[in-house]
Amino acid sequence: MSQETVKRDRPWLMRTYSGHSSASASNELYRTNLSRGQTGLSVAFDLPTQTGYDSDHPLAHGEVGKVGVPINHIGDMETLFEQIPLAQMNTSMTINATAPWLLALYVAVAERQGVDPSQLQGTTQNDVLKEYLSRGTYIFPPEPSVRLTTDLIAYTVQHIPKWNPTNICSYHLQEAGATPTQELAYALSTAMAILDAVQASGQIPPERFADVVGRISFFVNAGIRFVEETCKLRAFSRLWDTLTGERYGVTDPKQRRFRYGVQVNSLGLTESQPENNVQRIVLEMLSVTLSKNARARAIQLPAWNEALGLPRPWDQQWALRMQQVLALETDLLEYGDLLDGSPVVEAKVQELMDGAKAEMARVEAHGGMVACVDNGYIKRELVQSHTRRLRNIESGELKIVGVNCFQESAESPLTAGEESGIMKVDERAEREQIASLRAFRAARDKDRVEAALRQLRDAASGGDNIMPASIECARAGVTTGEWSEVLRTVFGEYRAPTGIDIAPVAPGDAAALEAVRARVRKTGEALGRPLRLLIGKPGLDGHSNGAEQIAVKGRDAGFEIVYEGIRLTPAQIARAAQEEGVHLIGLSVLSGSHLELVQEISRELQQIGASDIPLVIGGIIPEEDAQRLQAQGLKAVFTPKDVDMNTIMNSMVTIIREANGLEPAG
Amino acid sequence: MSLPEADSPPACAAAIASGDRAAVANALNLLDDRRPAARREAAALLAHLQQHQDKPGGQLIGITGPPGAGKSTLSASLIRVWRRRGLRVAVLAVDPSSPISGGALLGDRLRMQTSAVDDGVFVRSLSNRGQFGGLSAEVWPMSIVMLAGFDMVLIETVGVGQREVDVARLCDTTCYVAQPGSGDSVQFLKAGILEVPHILVVNKSDMGAVATRTLSELESALHRTHPDGHWQVPVLATSAANGTGIEALADALEQHYRLLQSRNELVSRRRSYQSYWLHKRLLEEFGTAGVDRLGGEEQLLAELQAQDMNLFTQYETLRRRLDQRPINTRE
Repeated sequence: MSQETVKRDRPWLMRTYSGHSSASASNELYRTNLSRGQTGLSVAFDLPTQTGYDSDHPLAHGEVGKVGVPINHIGDMETLFEQIPLAQMNTSMTINATAPWLLALYVAVAERQGVDPSQLQGTTQNDVLKEYLSRGTYIFPPEPSVRLTTDLIAYTVQHIPKWNPTNICSYHLQEAGATPTQELAYALSTAMAILDAVQASGQIPPERFADVVGRISFFVNAGIRFVEETCKLRAFSRLWDTLTGERYGVTDPKQRRFRYGVQVNSLGLTESQPENNVQRIVLEMLSVTLSKNARARAIQLPAWNEALGLPRPWDQQWALRMQQVLALETDLLEYGDLLDGSPVVEAKVQELMDGAKAEMARVEAHGGMVACVDNGYIKRELVQSHTRRLRNIESGELKIVGVNCFQESAESPLTAGEESGIMKVDERAEREQIASLRAFRAARDKDRVEAALRQLRDAASGGDNIMPASIECARAGVTTGEWSEVLRTVFGEYRAPTGIDIAPVAPGDAAALEAVRARVRKTGEALGRPLRLLIGKPGLDGHSNGAEQIAVKGRDAGFEIVYEGIRLTPAQIARAAQEEGVHLIGLSVLSGSHLELVQEISRELQQIGASDIPLVIGGIIPEEDAQRLQAQGLKAVFTPKDVDMNTIMNSMVTIIREANGLEPAG
Repeated sequence: MSLPEADSPPACAAAIASGDRAAVANALNLLDDRRPAARREAAALLAHLQQHQDKPGGQLIGITGPPGAGKSTLSASLIRVWRRRGLRVAVLAVDPSSPISGGALLGDRLRMQTSAVDDGVFVRSLSNRGQFGGLSAEVWPMSIVMLAGFDMVLIETVGVGQREVDVARLCDTTCYVAQPGSGDSVQFLKAGILEVPHILVVNKSDMGAVATRTLSELESALHRTHPDGHWQVPVLATSAANGTGIEALADALEQHYRLLQSRNELVSRRRSYQSYWLHKRLLEEFGTAGVDRLGGEEQLLAELQAQDMNLFTQYETLRRRLDQRPINTRE
């Protein structure tokens, strides 16, 4: 076939999930990325912004600008999109509990740029239900959260018709341990719960409801088992088509189409031999592009070094180039669906669909998705699946190259350099952000702010759609913390079930577990009482899968475990450790704020006279920081490299023994 | 073993009585410690604490009920009310442990805390470690420490059956939290499996009709006069979610305490908890044969009840009578 006659499909939207330090630094990054051929933006917000705190709130300390950009007010949002014309841009915002607020700021910035908001294009993730299960940036109880979600949906369908108001995420469910079947079932159950809620809110006339269904999109994960993942996406498309037709009576096939964006699996990326992540990412990308009939609309790829720390612009460029090579160099986009008619694929798709339908029926029988989140059913199922997966890695049944096989490696030139192959956030970023926030607060019209907040409170406690009042707040110069505080007062705050109270899962390596148990028991006897362990997740980071797995494993190894879920303050952790008389504190931090948090917890422990309790930490912690922490007295640092949980348990026993004057190896 | 001055039993006891949180935590660790030296230290500490106990001080409350009845959230609401009334609160939360690994997940601390940093609330979780029938052996000694440092001591246990009988025999006031919609509580009460509590609570009254039905079923199944005599068992509806009925529950708990005080029953009751605890402890260690050698259960309990001795002295005295081996007494 000659070059001229080939008709290629248009490539998907290519994005890179990014944002850090400050609005101006992120703006510079976005403009660079766009100039290199990126076709959309994907904004990463920092944790205070995601959980509704201003940069100068005590809980924000150490987190400002770490995992994304801090956005406190319209000034920050304006800076973020400086010289980026919003009328032409397609912007995806990973934002959930505070999604209505960030969209309100986006609309207000568009107004300032002279753009008619009805022209805006983009996506707000706006899926809080999965936050209770995996990512942890929820604020309010499920019921008001669902209401905020539906308000945003109802508003955009009527006023910003090209906006994707919610991206139902199966992505984070997979990170939390979901099998493909569970991913399908829980994501579709979530979509159903949200659509039902929109319907029940009465904000959309029945004849326009198909427009709502047509705007629902999904955010999906793609793991390394790329054949199964391909089939999963085909199953998703078919189940969604049936569901929207049968349950919601949507007749237009276009509005029943399963539209989804992808970030391929970040959590499966390894810290050991990180260069291998490149081929993992490429193979995972295949699973969401291979079949034309279930191809992703937008793709963002993680960088090869995400398990080490924050990626640099060059790392992100590399990820973008992977997409460009597949879309532009290969002949993939020249063909129709490659897999149609394959009996192997068809059988797998059918199997996944059957499994998903059965699980969806169970969720329905337990009272629906919202109830199952609140009563812990789904969280427990996920923890159980995740535990099984880790046990399979432990036993070697599940192979991960460079991690549990072929660990020998030549030294990598990629991580050898001065900066060890990751980006450092400028430590001045937080201070500067706080200074600019205070200047902004001082300069605004206080009466207008007050009036806007009153209007917001009325809308929240009454039943009015939250968006108009939020947009007025944005214009008036209200801050992220103020907007959230009003809603916290009206709706209250929530703690999600931890899901760790699962039945024991068969160990991957029974002999190793038995050996650890014996040591735990023996050490407990030597110290006069059973060993106790506090697992703490300080700070705003809600990625709790690691902490949960350590808690479950610790219980199975014979420890008495105190674990209270995410978002604890250093003072809470220190006090709990003292009150519970634990032998060791294990912290889990994935947000990059480990230095600040460890320091604060040590200080708290000192203050209450409990500094003799040894402290260890697990998370994404660069080597250099690990050394710094250990120099400050931290007893051990566990990173994604440490996959053998029995070894982790053993080191904890050793540390306890040392701290109590016992022979360490005993 | 000689103790450094600051850690001497009298100094520790005084620190606990003054509400020093680190001292309370350390004492609880000590009582948990099974090594002989620690046992002797614990005995000395308890002796000093119990010396301060001529006036019995705080109220010891047991909260029990089936899983899912909302005990923790109810406790949290109660704690808030008590804190508003200026009372200091300690909680002993008893969770089950795994019979295989011995490990346990101790939960629900946060549900019971009213604010992040409040010196007036102290929570210790305890797994029952599969021993001593239903309730951990440490519960009674730990209660003594908590009673010395706090106004209200709450023991929270899960389940119906042995554990709850235990809790009833170790507390001034027992409060049973029933699960709306489940007929179990009523059945247990009728069958006598459920020891009659001093206060019956149907939590989650926000569940509406289901809760109301459970409430009336319990009311009709119950002989309103408690076997203790002198006390009419109230059946209360609460909603931890909406914060309703909690003040009334706090009031009922206080009324029961005042009744015990006015009838001068606190000292004798606590002595009977101690006797009960000692009896169980000896039974576990020496079997019925051992208890028989001490004259049998009835006589033993009567004898213990009559003595005004601290826990560990009593315990060691009895062990010495039973055990041929020389027993180390404290130096």
